[in-house]
Amino acid sequence: MTATTTPPDTSAPYAGLKAPTTGRRLLTAPTTGPLVALLLACAFFSSSNDQFLTGGNFSLIVQQVMVVGTLAIGQTLIILTAGIDLSCGAVMAFGSIVIAKMAAEGSLPPLLAIALGIAVCGGFGLLNGLLVQKIPLPPFIVTLGMLNVAFALTHIYSEEQTISSLPGPLTALGQTFPLGNTDITYGSLLTIALFLFLAYALSSTSWGRHVYARGNSQEAARLNGIRTSRLTIGIYTVAGLLYGIAALLLISRTGVGDPQAGQTDNLDSITAVVLGGTSLFGGRGSVLGTFIGVLIVGVFRNGLQLMGVASTYQTLITGVLVILAVTVDQISRKKTR
Amino acid sequence: MPRTTRLPSSLLRVAALTGVAALTLTACGSGSGSSSTSAGSGKVKVGLITKTDTNPFFVKMKEGAEKAAKDNGAQLSTAAGKFDGDNAGQVTAIENMVASGVKGILITPSDSKAIVPAIAKARAKGVLVIALDTPTEPQSAVDALFATDNLDAGKRIGQYSKAAMKGKTAKIATLDLAPGVSVGVQRHNGFLQGFGIGAKDKSIVCSQDTGGDQAKGQTAMENCLQKDPDINLVYTINEPAALGAYTALKAKGREKDVLIVSVDGGCTGTRAVKDGKIAATSQQYPLKMAAQGVEAVVTYAKNGKKASGYTDTGINLITDKAQAKVASKDTSFGLKSCWG
Repeated sequence: MTATTTPPDTSAPYAGLKAPTTGRRLLTAPTTGPLVALLLACAFFSSSNDQFLTGGNFSLIVQQVMVVGTLAIGQTLIILTAGIDLSCGAVMAFGSIVIAKMAAEGSLPPLLAIALGIAVCGGFGLLNGLLVQKIPLPPFIVTLGMLNVAFALTHIYSEEQTISSLPGPLTALGQTFPLGNTDITYGSLLTIALFLFLAYALSSTSWGRHVYARGNSQEAARLNGIRTSRLTIGIYTVAGLLYGIAALLLISRTGVGDPQAGQTDNLDSITAVVLGGTSLFGGRGSVLGTFIGVLIVGVFRNGLQLMGVASTYQTLITGVLVILAVTVDQISRKKTR
Repeated sequence: MPRTTRLPSSLLRVAALTGVAALTLTACGSGSGSSSTSAGSGKVKVGLITKTDTNPFFVKMKEGAEKAAKDNGAQLSTAAGKFDGDNAGQVTAIENMVASGVKGILITPSDSKAIVPAIAKARAKGVLVIALDTPTEPQSAVDALFATDNLDAGKRIGQYSKAAMKGKTAKIATLDLAPGVSVGVQRHNGFLQGFGIGAKDKSIVCSQDTGGDQAKGQTAMENCLQKDPDINLVYTINEPAALGAYTALKAKGREKDVLIVSVDGGCTGTRAVKDGKIAATSQQYPLKMAAQGVEAVVTYAKNGKKASGYTDTGINLITDKAQAKVASKDTSFGLKSCWG
């Protein structure tokens, strides 16, 4: 990373002494741009297609992004510390195979299998954190290695077989309940709850403030008495546990344990984080932004599909949006100097 | 650390943003929630979901579907997974297509088992679902299947190899697809049946997975030649793997005395047969699969008749070195009817 010191961030809760008004804050908040983009996309697809504006369709979009969204929460935490996690999709895939196999072959009661799968993912996160912080190694390299380890373990442990006919509790989160004239899945609710919980933790607890401080400068954070080592290892572990929850959501959505799953989810989660206005240099961003980022991808995919546009164009648009988002981030950094 | 007491405003921001996001969703979500209407042009909507949209086989399939849609006055929308095996991407595509009011969905399942629950949901909403190229597990999870009989495709090149080897002692390398993928397993088993040997026969000296990829096919062949330099018959899952094998054999100066057989019949592969790099290939017809699929959906939209069961879209053995008692067509026929 660059050696230049980052300017104090006026949009973060621990900012300097001059308190901008709430209006100014909203304007300079890194989430504002993505939110405007989301609203514009919604407006565009609503005007071009009459099936877009339905409750059922929006419930569908949230269902479609809940897995990558949950991965992206963990990814946000790690990127806030100026790290990156390439292993999230592979770790999730391994977790989902652990859960499916343990429960389907009856070696564990379903709930215990779920707990074990989430714990295994947490273990991967812990290992990532230890390697990044204790040796220390660059997060990019550590998680690249872990991506291969988890990918291989998934294929070895599953014996390349998709595991179907799973017990009920494993797919419970995929069940729906009616809300008005729309069906909402429990999994969508869980994802939204996780986003809100982490958003609150980041913006309103001392832990959250330490995460931002650690991201801005590990050295400064350490000199200010923050236990940066414990903090970082903790963040990677929490991210791992979130990947485990994503594994359960994945199973509940597809109804099977699939060793092929999640192969591009690492990049998809990073895409969501970047679209949501979180800076890859660390110390700046939010999980709510990431939620908006993941919705942008989902809205484009769904909206273009409804219009009958081929999926290649969705990939194209996502690419352009990512570059735009980083550009906006850089320009707004210059402005706040 | 400066002591700050900014909780109210930060909470306010969280609340404000959440509120706006929620409002967006509810505002957007205030519609009817039903999606059974075939809105817009009044044309029959047909969806095609392929494994990827980069593989020439699926590109050709898309072309076939587009042409058939045009001829039948239907409207085609397409989607694909991001990689071969991307089940989640296909599930999402099915959901979006059902939401957009398609009458029928044609799909080449990336994961034959994993896609089944999503297909069941679509069929429950009255959408006709037809599998192309790759069967689902169980096959009854879809209304109908239009595909090549991959076991038969393998058998034909097995029979051809048996005739072409003329009683020489065979040392066989099989360059396969990937573990547990039905297409690869069926072609491999068909080849062995056609050649008249069992799965564990000692004439099979080397078996490697290539994912149907040319570079991996080359690596696999190089490794097989290390293992046994006397290999004289190479079965390959598809022509890219076959061409990779050819490159590896050529580097060792063995390309003239090793027989390579394959399945697929893409235009590049068929040209390789013409050039003598590949001895024979079982040509399949993705355009036909797609066209028949579109027609079935249009028929269903017109009179409610659902296509059912398995339709074999057929193969032809393409070779310029025909063997007695093995039916085949030459490469000029092959190049006229090839895909990709």
